[in-house]
Amino acid sequence: MPARPKILLLDDDPDVLELYAELLSRLPSQPEIRRASSGGSAIAMLAAEPFSLLLCDVKMPNMDGLQVLATVRRRFPNLRTAVLTVLTNEQIRMRAYAMGLDLYLEKPRTAPEIRIFLDCVESLLGQELRESFHQVQSKNLLDMIQLECLSQGSQVLKVHCGNQSGSIWLQNGEIIDAAIADLKGKNAFQRIVSWKTSTFEILPDEPSHPRAIFDSYQALLQESVRELEEGWNPVEAGGASSASLPAPRSLADLAALNGVEFALRLAPDKAEPVECCALENPQPVAGWMRQTMNQFGALGAAMQAGGLQRVDGFGLQRHVVVAVRDKDLLGVGFHRNMSRAQMVAIMNTLIAQLPQ
Amino acid sequence: MKTAAQPPSSAQASFPSGCFTVDPCGEIIASTLPHTFPSAHVRRIAEQVLQTFRAAQEAQLLLNELQIHYPALKLTARNLRGGAIIFVAPHSQA
Repeated sequence: MPARPKILLLDDDPDVLELYAELLSRLPSQPEIRRASSGGSAIAMLAAEPFSLLLCDVKMPNMDGLQVLATVRRRFPNLRTAVLTVLTNEQIRMRAYAMGLDLYLEKPRTAPEIRIFLDCVESLLGQELRESFHQVQSKNLLDMIQLECLSQGSQVLKVHCGNQSGSIWLQNGEIIDAAIADLKGKNAFQRIVSWKTSTFEILPDEPSHPRAIFDSYQALLQESVRELEEGWNPVEAGGASSASLPAPRSLADLAALNGVEFALRLAPDKAEPVECCALENPQPVAGWMRQTMNQFGALGAAMQAGGLQRVDGFGLQRHVVVAVRDKDLLGVGFHRNMSRAQMVAIMNTLIAQLPQ
Repeated sequence: MKTAAQPPSSAQASFPSGCFTVDPCGEIIASTLPHTFPSAHVRRIAEQVLQTFRAAQEAQLLLNELQIHYPALKLTARNLRGGAIIFVAPHSQA
């Protein structure tokens, strides 16, 4: 941290920026004041240089203060944040604090209020970063969805987990749809909230998006929490085992199974197109699969170990298995709770039964 | 590439059982493999495993273990902060 604290002021009104820059420059710590008039420019400035505090308005066009805070909390978890607003809405205050906000301040109108405001900011600048409660306050995805539903918000949550991303549509506090690539509705929602490590961002509402989930948000969240707490088991949840796996007629059949996150069929040759299900951008994964199988294939030939059969990759987010099937490669991403035996059983069934 | 369930043939070599560790630069740190196992194979396995972990990370597949299955051999590699410990097992033990 610099010896002289640096404050980023964010407000769409240039007069307000001027006024608060003047007020804050009188603080005993003599902070350096920088100004931004939009959420996008504020985030760009935060990415470019370190700041001690972000002080932002709530009501702004395009990207409002809470959307800025959600992004800032994820990308700059150690940054102090305060909201300065004329809005006294309790739900907005609750949402802001739930995001890990340090201070929610009303814009001061009188001299005593200005003094209190300046004392609060000075106190915030003086606090040790190590005492930050952002880690404690940081919310997981389910908490975030619940808060959005409670405050009857309308927006789209874009959730990222490694190379996968999904969207959850909320309208007036109800979860109306979810999607991961071509998987839609309740199944997509359950899969998104089961991701162990994910980051999310809030995008503007899409009022014309059609409703595909008709359960109440309470029922959906209760079901999700129960599955997470009990430890999701793909077999018990109707997932795949060697005995129960129906003959998959396509990759889409396979990707629809509980426990299967995505599926690809590709030729070892780069020029051939990739057949893919449930991955928005399959190229990086397909590239890794091709490269891995070609190189380990060459290694096996050099060592006289026989033709490469399968490569299994295990990770904290998910597992990936790539198998050779005639001239093709079949790659499947599995939920991290799938056992190795279940994955092998699925791959064997897939190799034997998937139509050419 | 050959078909998946190919059985070991007489053209396939026999493999020892053992393990070795490799640092992130590809240097072999320790090995329990017999000296009869060619060191060129050890280096090539190490290089390939490290490259595969790195490429997986670039593709946002955060993998900490790999298992590579051949008819005559199974390789198991665990990521150790950029390096790896790699187990070599012949088909009968795989």
